Parts: sequence; structure tokens; C-alpha cells
Amino acid sequence: MLHIVACIKQVPDTKVIKMNPKTNTMDRASAPAILNPYDAHAVEEAVRIKKRYGGTVSVLTMGPPPAVKAIRKCIEIGADEGYMISDKRFAGADTLATSYALTKALDKIGKQKPIDLIVCGKMTIDGDTGQVGPGIARRLDIPPLTSVKEVKEVNKQDGYAIVHRKLEDGYEVVRSSLPCLFAVEKDINEVPYSPLPNMIKAAQYKPQIWAVNDLEDVDVKQLGLKGSPTIVAKVWPPEKPQGGEMIEGSAEDQARKVVNIVMEKKELFRERGGVS
Amino acid sequence: MSFEDYRGTWVFLEVKEGKIAQVSLELLGAGRELADKRGDQLGGILIGEGVKELATDAFTYGADVVYVYDDPIFKHYRTEPFMEALMHCTNKYKPEVILYGATSKGKDLASAVATDLPTGLTADTTLLDIEEDTGLLLASRPAFGGNIMATILCKKYRPQMATVRPKVMKALEPEPGRKGEIVEESLSLKEEDVRTKVLEIVLDTQKRVRIDEADIVVAGGKGLGSQEGFELIHQLAKVLGGAVGASRDVVESGWIDHHHQVGQTGVTVTPKIYFAIGISGSIQHLVGMQNSGLIIAINHDPDAPIFQASHYGIVGDAFEIVPLLIKEFENVLGLGDVSHVGKV
Ligand SMILES: Cc1cc2nc3c(=O)[nH]c(=O)nc-3n(C[C@H](O)[C@H](O)[C@H](O)COP(=O)(O)OP(=O)(O)OC[C@H]3O[C@@H](n4cnc5c(N)ncnc54)[C@H](O)[C@@H]3O)c2cc1C
Ligand SMILES: Cc1cc2nc3c(=O)[nH]c(=O)nc-3n(C[C@H](O)[C@H](O)[C@H](O)COP(=O)(O)OP(=O)(O)OC[C@H]3O[C@@H](n4cnc5c(N)ncnc54)[C@H](O)[C@@H]3O)c2cc1C
Repeated sequence: MLHIVACIKQVPDTKVIKMNPKTNTMDRASAPAILNPYDAHAVEEAVRIKKRYGGTVSVLTMGPPPAVKAIRKCIEIGADEGYMISDKRFAGADTLATSYALTKALDKIGKQKPIDLIVCGKMTIDGDTGQVGPGIARRLDIPPLTSVKEVKEVNKQDGYAIVHRKLEDGYEVVRSSLPCLFAVEKDINEVPYSPLPNMIKAAQYKPQIWAVNDLEDVDVKQLGLKGSPTIVAKVWPPEKPQGGEMIEGSAEDQARKVVNIVMEKKELFRERGGVS
Repeated sequence: MSFEDYRGTWVFLEVKEGKIAQVSLELLGAGRELADKRGDQLGGILIGEGVKELATDAFTYGADVVYVYDDPIFKHYRTEPFMEALMHCTNKYKPEVILYGATSKGKDLASAVATDLPTGLTADTTLLDIEEDTGLLLASRPAFGGNIMATILCKKYRPQMATVRPKVMKALEPEPGRKGEIVEESLSLKEEDVRTKVLEIVLDTQKRVRIDEADIVVAGGKGLGSQEGFELIHQLAKVLGGAVGASRDVVESGWIDHHHQVGQTGVTVTPKIYFAIGISGSIQHLVGMQNSGLIIAINHDPDAPIFQASHYGIVGDAFEIVPLLIKEFENVLGLGDVSHVGKV
């Protein structure tokens, strides 16, 4: 029986986030917190693998207490268990410190029940670095498989998995030993509406919540802001494009003006006329 | 860690279809500036099978020295052997800065190397600078779906590493005959020890439009009304020899394939000319095209946000303006067989 752990994060919905124009910071309160959309695909894929081969899906998150909501969402999708690490000392972590903290939690989960496979999203929509998945894999010394767009086989008995990894111009078929880590693309699956029993279970679900002291062998110097080599030194709103010139006149005039503007860049058409 | 031991800027030279990837050439341009500011060398790191010859191209584009790991074990990109090579080279020669293309390979590799070194890694950088006296890398990047820009520093660790988005830095004009030093390195890695195997590579044989490489992109949105209406976009693109782009709503309506989608969850494009026709200009769309050279928007709503992001705007009906444009362009460009500009 497989034990799959999906790592998931709660994020502000970047579609509706507002910036405070005075302080140039995000008004986090303006944005509802949601399960990172890419992580929904990670959990869904874990659940699909479980349905194919049997096993358990656990989800793990590091975040502030309200992130319990994101775990509940995963239970709705079909995860069995949820774990959360939450402690002020984790705050301000960059990807290096995040992967360190998550690895310590994975060690603890793995002691209770050995882990065969870890599934992450491609990236988050807030930090959107895509660096945490490979970071976890390196720390656990298991192969990281990023850009996974299809899972062909997971064979616990013989200890391997076969996946399709997306390339810029196609895909590759890769075989890896187990345990390993997948970071999945969003087109790997569609997340369907949750079945009612899952929703009922999710509504009451209480994940295990661990603080730093609940984890073993933790070097606190590697946690949070202190353990983060990168620091966000400055944040500013991207230059707002000012908007250019409006082209007035009749439709014919407008079209002619556009053609003139474009033809000023006629070097772009140098390859025309059979020169190729 | 003594920072004085760490000198020079390096670029991971990604190999694509037997050549150095365009993004790596761009990074050599950016890296040259950083290295010059620090009065240091620009290095390239080249890993693969039968890749040594490519070092010449790296010199042409600005590198002073190229470290080469040429071995059958590097035939296909795999995280672990590539990471071993980078770790080996980094520990031996101690660069101050390493840049990687923010491609699927570059991001995968850089994240693994950063964890093992360990050091900080700034993701998807779009602006780079370095403090002349201290060598502190100032790497800036969009975050929160493009809603903010952030400058990220790595003060206490070396090397400083960043992945850099394709198409935002400029390659230098190639200088044929420019020479540099090749340093051949090797590792005693055995195939049996690598835990992943590439069983097969399936390339898309469809000749598809690479909108990220086109000089002209004609993009259409929901304002075209239907798949038939969207035909206008294809026609204009054809006359101009450009590529067709689309908003996500168009892709989701099934009018065109996903690989034409421009934006946060699609492709980032930086053509010389970008037409946005019947596109409202949501933030997720803008982050994918706002660095285009010249942006021309057509929309019948004068308050559409796309106009804020455009150099030229026309308030009008696409079904009236675009056919006129097609006719005018046909007149000035001639009807002959159109060869595409940029790669197709
Ligand atoms: C403006 C800004 C810019 C930043 N830039 C950088 C930067 O350039 N480099 C850097 O190292 N850090 C950066 N950070 C910090 C970074 O966002 C955090 O470290 C964050 O906790 C993890 O990175 P991510 O959100 O990018 O995750 P990603 O690496 O994009 O996430 C990939 C996957 O990892 C898993 N995962 C990520 N976070 C968690 C979690 N907390 N719990 C469980 N699973 C998780 C999920 O499966 C997710 O899909 C930045 C932060 C801000 C606010
Ligand atoms: C997480 C997330 C990621 C996303 N990623 C992307 C992405 O990568 N790319 C992307 O594009 N979107 C993305 N979106 C969607 C985005 O928010 C918008 O919904 C989408 O871009 C709108 O597409 P549109 O401009 O074609 O359509 P609409 O917003 O419907 O705009 C249509 C425009 O056409 C104009 N119009 C109508 N009729 C005519 C006419 N006859 N002539 C001229 N103009 C006309 C209208 O005035 C209107 O401005 C994302 C959303 C989310 C939540």
C-alpha cells in the first residue's frame, strides 16, 4: 500500500489582491485565502494514484493557523490525513528554509508510516518560485521529477515510477526509483467537484498540528527568516504603463495610421518575398 | 565563508537542439555587464554529450572561460548528474554569481544546486544589477501573479544564484573569432548510480508556432465573439507573417490551442509588435505581454484596461478595423508568398 504525501500551501487569491498605494504592500486582508490552485492538482493526482494502486494520501502544509482551511479543502478532494506545521519560528522562510522545515515534518510523518511518494504543485501563485519541491527532494535525497504531466505507473513492489515530463517541445518518459518527488503541471488532471461524503468529513476534520518543538533534530538556525539566505529588500508596484496615444479618425484613417506605424518597423519584414 | 574567494559571474549554458539555448546567450550578455562592473571574468558552464565545440559560441557571445563536462552520462538532462557537475565546478572555482535560464531545466537544476550548496536562489528574475564594491547581486522579480515587483538579496551566502526569464535580457552582438579559455572537467559518475533514466523523448512533430520567438504577435480575445470571428486574427497574422496569440478565455472557449495563450498561465512573449484585439487587458494577460516592443490595442470599450498598457490604441469595432488593416497591409506588403518572420 502506497503512502503518498502531497505538500500544499494556502495562498492569497492573486486575482483579487489589492495593493496599498501608500505603503506599497499587499493588503492581504483584501484577498481571500485559497488552496494554491496548482496544489489542488497535486492532491487530485495523489488521490488518483491511490485509487489505482491502493494506499493513503496525507497532506502537509506549513502556514499560520487559518491554513487549516486549505487542508480541509484537500480532504474534500479525497486526501485521508492532514498535517500542519505552524509556529512563529517558521515565519519569513524563503524556499531553502521552507524545504528544510517541511523535510523535518516529512521525517516525522515517515517515521509513523514510511513515505513512497511526495507530490507537489508546479509552483504557488504568491511566491511562485517552483523551488520548494526540488528543495525537499534534495534534502530527503530522493530524485526530484519536475514538470510531471502524466503518471504512467507507480510500482511499489519493484520500487519504481514512470512519468511523462513536459519539455518545451514535447515530453520525455522517465523512470525513477521510489521514493521520489513529483512536481506536477496543472494540465495533469481536472479537479472534479467534491463528493458529498468528503465534504462532510472535511467540515469536521482536525489535522495534526505541530510546532517546532514537536519535530526532531531541528536546527532552529535554519528556520524562518533566520534560516533564509534570500531577503526581500524592497517591494514596489510594477511600473504602471501610462497608456500611449489614442488613434482617432474614421475607421479607414485609423487603419492607415496603424499601418504607417508598423511600417516604420519594416525591418521586421525583411525576410519577406522569398528571401526567407 | 570568505567572500573574497568567490570571483566572477557564471552562466549555466543550456543546450537545446545541439545549440546553446537563446536564453543562455541572453544571460551571457547580462552576465558580461555584471562581470565588467566587478572587473571579473565571465564564465560559462557547459554540460552534455559532444558539447565541447559549443564553447566557441559562448566566447562569441561574451564568455571568457567555459568549463566543460562532456560525457555520455550527460546525454539527457537529469537533475542529479547535472547537479553533481555544477557542485563540483562551483566548489572548485568558487564563482560569485551563477545565472540560469528560468526554463524547466534551468529552474529544476538551480533549485537542486541551491539546496545542496546551500545558498539563496532568486526565481524568475527580470532585472539584474550588482553593487560594484561589495558584489551584492540585486535581483528583482515579479511576484503575486505580477501584482508586485520585489528586489531580492542574498547577503550572507556565496555564490549568489538567480534564474532569469527568457527574453528579458539582451544578448550581445556576436563577435566572431573572439577567443576564450576552455577548461575540461570530469566526474567519476557511473550510470548505475543515477536513479532516473530517460526512456524515451517524444518531440512534437507538429510544426507549431512558437509565439515566444515571433517578432510579431497578433493576439485576439473574447471580443472576437466566436471561433469564426477569431479567424480575423489568423488572417491578420498571416498577412504580417506573425504568430497568433490569445487570451485565456479564448483558449477556454476552445477557439484555439493552449500553446497560443499569452499570460501568467500561458506563454510570456516579447515580440517587437503586439496586437491586442478584443482583449480587455486583465493583469494575468498583461504580465505575459507587457514587455513587447510596441503594443497596439483595438477594443470598442474606451475604458478597457488594455489601453493603459498600450503604446497605441484604437477605440473601435474589431470587425470593422481588422478587415481594413488586412487590406491595407496587403496593399503595402504585397500579396506574395508570405514567409514567416521569427521562428515558426
Ligand atoms: C515577493 C516575494 C518574493 C519572493 N521571492 C523569493 C525568491 O526569489 N527566492 C526564494 O527562495 N524565496 C522567495 N520568496 C519566499 C517564498 O515565497 C517562500 O519561501 C515560500 O514559503 C515558498 O516558496 P513558493 O511560495 O514560491 O513555493 P513554490 O516553490 O512555488 O511551491 C512549489 C510547491 O511546493 C509546495 N509548497 C510550497 N510552500 C509550501 C508550504 N508552505 N507548505 C507546504 N507545501 C509547500 C507546494 O506543493 C507548492 O506547489 C519570496 C517571497 C515574497 C513575498
Ligand atoms: C489564476 C488565473 C490565471 C489566468 N491566466 C491568464 C492568462 O495566462 N492569460 C489570460 O489572457 N488570462 C488569464 N486569466 C484570465 C483573465 O483574468 C481574464 O479573464 C482573461 O484574460 C479575459 O480574456 P479576454 O480579454 O479575452 O476577455 P474579456 O475580459 O471578456 O474581454 C473582451 C474584450 O473585448 C472587447 N470587445 C468586445 N467586442 C468587441 C468588438 N467587436 N471589437 C473590439 N473589442 C470588443 C470588450 O470590450 C472587452 O474588453 C487568468 C485568470 C486566473 C484567475
